Formats: sequence, C-alpha cells, structure tokens
Amino acid sequence: MRTLEAQRNRAIQAWNELQNNARPLIYIGAASCGLAAGAAEVIDAIRRYLAERRKEADILKVGCIGPCYLEPLVDIQMPGNPRVSYSNITPDLVKQLFNSFFENGEVFKPHLVGHFGLNGFADAPKFFEHPMLARQVRIVLRNCGIIDPEKIDHYLARDGYKALEKCLSMPWSDVLEMVKASGIRGRGGAGFPTWRKWLVCRETASDMRYLICNADEGDPGAFMNRSLIEGDPHSVLEGMLIAGYTIGACKGIIYIRAEYPLAIERLKSAISQMRELGLLGRQILGSDFDFDIHIKEGAGAFVCGEETALIASIEGRRGMPRTRPPFPAVSGLAGKPTIINNVETLGTLPNIIRNGADWYSSYGTETSKGTKTFSLVGKVRRTGLIEVPLGTTLRNVIDDVGGGSAKGFKAVQTGGPSGGCLGEEFLDSPIDYESLAAAGSIMGSGGLIVLDKNTCIVDTAKYFLNFTQAESCGKCVPCRVGTRHLVDILEKISHGHGEISDIAKLERLAVTIKGGALCGLGQTAPNPVLTALKYFRGEFLAHIIDKRCPAAVCRDLVIYRIIKDKCTGCQRCVKVCPTGAITGPRSEAHNLDLSKCIKCRSCYEICRFDAIAGDAIVIESGV
Amino acid sequence: MTNQVFSDVVREFKGDPSELIPVLQRVQAADGYLSSDSLTRISRWLRISENEIYGVATFFAQFRFTQPGEHIIKVCLGTACHVKGGEQILEVLKRRLDVQPGRATADGKYQLERVACLGCCALAPVLSIDEKVYGETSVLRVHQMIEERENRENA
Repeated sequence: MRTLEAQRNRAIQAWNELQNNARPLIYIGAASCGLAAGAAEVIDAIRRYLAERRKEADILKVGCIGPCYLEPLVDIQMPGNPRVSYSNITPDLVKQLFNSFFENGEVFKPHLVGHFGLNGFADAPKFFEHPMLARQVRIVLRNCGIIDPEKIDHYLARDGYKALEKCLSMPWSDVLEMVKASGIRGRGGAGFPTWRKWLVCRETASDMRYLICNADEGDPGAFMNRSLIEGDPHSVLEGMLIAGYTIGACKGIIYIRAEYPLAIERLKSAISQMRELGLLGRQILGSDFDFDIHIKEGAGAFVCGEETALIASIEGRRGMPRTRPPFPAVSGLAGKPTIINNVETLGTLPNIIRNGADWYSSYGTETSKGTKTFSLVGKVRRTGLIEVPLGTTLRNVIDDVGGGSAKGFKAVQTGGPSGGCLGEEFLDSPIDYESLAAAGSIMGSGGLIVLDKNTCIVDTAKYFLNFTQAESCGKCVPCRVGTRHLVDILEKISHGHGEISDIAKLERLAVTIKGGALCGLGQTAPNPVLTALKYFRGEFLAHIIDKRCPAAVCRDLVIYRIIKDKCTGCQRCVKVCPTGAITGPRSEAHNLDLSKCIKCRSCYEICRFDAIAGDAIVIESGV
Repeated sequence: MTNQVFSDVVREFKGDPSELIPVLQRVQAADGYLSSDSLTRISRWLRISENEIYGVATFFAQFRFTQPGEHIIKVCLGTACHVKGGEQILEVLKRRLDVQPGRATADGKYQLERVACLGCCALAPVLSIDEKVYGETSVLRVHQMIEERENRENA
C-alpha cells in the first residue's frame, strides 16, 4: 500500500514556513457568516491599503472559527510574532488597524480579541482563553478557522488522511470495533449508534452498497454542517472514505442543500484535489478499496432529512418517506444497502481513528460520548458556532460560552422544529441525548436558540408549527391534517380569540399526531407545542383569558405608543411611517393614530437607533 | 428554454429519469424558472410524464414557474431570524415593493422570496440580494437599502 508521506512531509514543511512567514500574514474568516458580516469588503480595503503603501503581505482566507458575533475577524501575524485576532473590522477601520502595525509596531487595542501564541504576547490575552472559547473542546472543528479550506496540503500538514491510511491497513471489522468502542452516536439528531447501523449494512449480502453524507441541514437556526464543510471539507470527505471502507461501499453521495453555494464550491474543489492525489477512484492508495464521491444538490424540502425521503429525492422522485422496515441499511438507494450519516458524524471519524476510541470516549457522559457542535444563536450575547463535550450543562453553554441573555433568559429551544423550549428549571441539566428526551425535547442536529423575556412562547410554537405544516409532505393524514389544525388553533390564540378549551384540544391533537404519523417529521412536529404548554402554560392562559401577550410580540395583542415626555419632535418617525399614522410639527411631541397604525415597527426602530430621543416609542401589551 | 440550453443539457446528462431533479436545477439556473415549454421538452427527453415532472417540481421549494424579477431578495425566516424580527422585515419589503413573496414586482426589477434558513443565524436577522448576504439587518436598514438602490438607479 502507498502512503501520502512524501506529499505530507512537503505540506508540513510549507505549513511550518507559513507559521514563520517572512511577510505579514493576514487571516480572514471568509465563510458564509464572515462574508455576510462584510469580510469581502474588508479584504478589498486591505488590498487597497497594501497597494497604496506598497506593503507586501499574504492573505489567507480561512473558515469560521466560531464567534460569529465578532465577525468580520481579521487576524494579523507579523514576522516573528504570533497570530493576533481583531474583531468587527469594517473597511473604515482597516487603515487604523494596519497603521498601528506598520507605523507604530503596536497591537490595535480597541478591537483586540487575543493571540494564538503558546507564550504571552504584548499583554494580549490568548485567543482560546476568550470566554466564548475557554470551555470548548474543538475536535471536529479543530481545523476550522485555522487552515485554508481550499488547500489539501494544509489538511495534510495537520495529520489529514492519516486516519484513512490507518484504516486501509486494518480489516474493516477492526475499524468497526474502534467506532463501536468510541461510543459515537449519529449527530444528525436521533442519536442511533453509528456502528450498529454500519454492521447491518455490511452484513446484508449485496453486490453494491452506498454511503450518503446527509448535508441537507434543514433545521432553521442551525448551521454547524455548513460551517464545517466550508471550513474543513476534507475532514468530512476523509470520514466518508473511512465509512465507505468499513461498510464496503464503493459509491458515496453528498446530499447538500442548494442554499449553501459556498459549501458546495468548497466540496467540489476538495474532491478534485483528492482525485489528483489518488484519494478517489480505483484502488485508493494502492489498496483494493475503490470509492468515488458525487454531489447531489437538494432542492429545498425539510422532510428530505428523513432517510427514506432523502433517498426518494436522489432517485428523482418527490421526497416522501415510506414505511420502515426495510431500513435503508438493508434496502436503500436503488434497493441496495445504504448508510446515511450526518456531516458531523463523518467529520468526527478521522479524529477517532487517529487518536483512538478511548481518547474520544473520555469526553462526554456514560451514554453520550464525545463532543457536539451547536449553533448558539438568538437572544444571547455571544452568538456563533461552538463545540462542547456532551454532558455540559445548558447553563454552562448559555451563560459561560454565550454570555447570557441581555434582557433576561426565558427559554432555550433545542432540536429545531422537532424539539422544544426548555425554561430556567432545565438550565442545570446536562446536554445529552437522554436528558433532552426526558424533558420532552431532543438533541437534534445542534441548534440552540436562546429566547429572552421579549420572545413570546405562543408565537414561537406557532412559528415552528407553521414551518412543519408547510414542510409536511402530505402523505399521512395525522401530519398533513393534524399540523394544519395545530396551526389554526395557535393562530386563533395569538390573535386573542383563544378559548380555554383550546389547550386541551392542542394537547389531544399533539399526542394523536405523535402516535400516528408515518415519519420522524410528523412524530416530532408537536414537540414545540407540547413543551410550550408544559413549561409555559401561564403564557398561553394570558393570551386566552386576559387577551394579553406578556412579551408584547403577538401583533393583534400589542399597541404602539409615543411617550409624550420623551418625544423631542424630531420627525424621523413621521417620515418613516408608511401609513401616515404619526403626525405632528417639528419640536412638538408627535401623535400616533392607532387606527392607521399597521405595527410595522419602523417608527420603533428609527426612534431607538436613529432619533434624538432614543426611546420615545414603546410597544406594549394591550389592545 | 432556448435550443442552445436544451442541447447543452442533453449533452451534460445521461438522460436517465433519476437525473430529473438535477436537470430541472440546471434548466432553472439557465432560465431563472421552469417554463411550461421547458417541462414539455424535458418530459419527452427523459420519458417522464409532464404530470409527474410537475409533481416533483412543485414538491421542492427551489423551483419556480414564473419569470423571476431581475434581482432576487431572499428574506430569511429561520428560527433565529424569526425571534429577531425577520417577519417584520418581510412585511416592510412586501409593502415597499408592493409585492407578495414568490412574485416579481410589476416593473420586473425585484423578486421577493421567503427562505427557511440561509445558515447565517448568528448574524440574524439576515436577508440576501442576489448572491450577497446581509447580516444584522433591521426594518430601518431595509428602508435604507432600498433607498440607496433607488438613488443609485436614479443617479
């Protein structure tokens, strides 16, 4: 068997040279989130700056390192110094930032985050000791934000494809044993032990087996898979090779949503680099293992996260689930044994193989081993992509990593549309498959959406049910008709027309749907309503009995009001109001005609961010 | 679908019925939508009935059947965007552009779309115009964005 040693040695040498680059080296987080925050404009501004001053520097575009709320992040490594990270750099700040380096030889204190050196540097804190990162254990994300995802050499230099080499020198059964001993469970949400599924597939006699990487990250509010693929595509691809080898597949398909164009581009370029090195195709690295990978773009259907629906859509049909058994591991794509693994599961595999099962299982709890990535978003101070050992408490994640909620924590939503809202009383429970299920939610793929006192639970439940209702494929009655009725009742409550009997109706309907639906989408769709009713019943009652939305969110139950004493009469709201509801001469407190007000929030925002008074317009509960 | 696009598609694919979704994606990428003429031609080529193709195409959110506006505005309504006011941003755009989601404005300049999640949840609320994604938007920012665009066009 051939190894990649020569190529890897060259890559390591180049990597080491890059760490001691003779010219300034600039790292920019250019994943989708960085770009949305304006990284592309910052890169342009840096290029202009360097050209104007005839300075030479190298620019490295890296993936997402996690603290998205600090984007655009610009890291600068001056010759002889460690890499130093700066946050929220806009094009206007580029000149100041670089002047402090090039002209004064100093770090730029106002936007300093931390340095990546091993020892101290210029009083700067260490990047990985930043409160958002200190608690994290980065296993699957170890390369994100560190390497250039478009260079296979960077991946090789950081032990890339070593796990594959190790696997190819072992019988498949030994690889399976390792994965079994590591205790890893499927990271897509359900948490089924990865090895068990693999074994069923391997033991089913067939001339052909398929491996599918499920990158159809459908949960709204979750972006872990996108970030991993954008930041370190080869870890997922190496994981696919390992899985393919173990289950005896020779074809791999990545099913990825079309809304992720950058991730698709990264995969395509990574795959062509793999081909050049003989990591795909026949007799990989001189072994007798043949494997090839193709990309299929999903066309936008949440239900295609369900295995049988996903397969139907790859086969060119409507993505509708079928009854199981037979499970795809026995009869899947084209009737052949098929394994569908989540992006994160696959991305974790190379780490398990390289470092050993014991090392991996030393993280986590008795039944939930290893680490898990989460997208920590919503009403929390520090938003972004995180990775923590399973068993970490919700409080640790929300308060320590996320910095808590500025306006008072109310609940955390886990598991996307299949999960639920958990309130304060659950903050000290550990994040693992069993604890979340016991609370009525699920682990899901890793969305953690924090809700504060200004978020309405009825509105949130309605939001999720609207989503699942729209995404229901329509095949089975409990889901198709049942979710429709749930939405109707929730609409009624949020409009202030709810009746007390509606609560019992919701509960009965929810239980019926859970018991009767064909696939996971329907079976879990009522979870947001059930948990909301269980833990936040008072808020439903406020809507139903008092016709009041305590969080002042439900549109029919709030009014806008101008506080006359605070209004300076600056006329900004008058100009922005689309219906002419606000009137009044300059320098005099304005009037708001509620009969014309459409509650579009324009005046409220302009008063808060742009007007003289600042907070003269309030949104209150009332009718 | 022009003859050129159709012959490109025929060359790029094998013509296997399982390729239906990638074929539809390819045609939409070229034309911006799936015209009834396109569906007829794909039906004859792949030997799948037009009914079935229509059934598949309508199942998935990506496909549209009318000519989209020149610039596509996608308002993200993922969970993070929802709790941070995405719905209100959509309302403002509907009103300012006088258009419903899934449709083009009367002048054909904009297409308004609601999307389930753009995957930039940490920067919610998010919207995209063509390929560019804008994070941390607000009702106010949307008003400004449209005004800036209008001013640029009138200048």
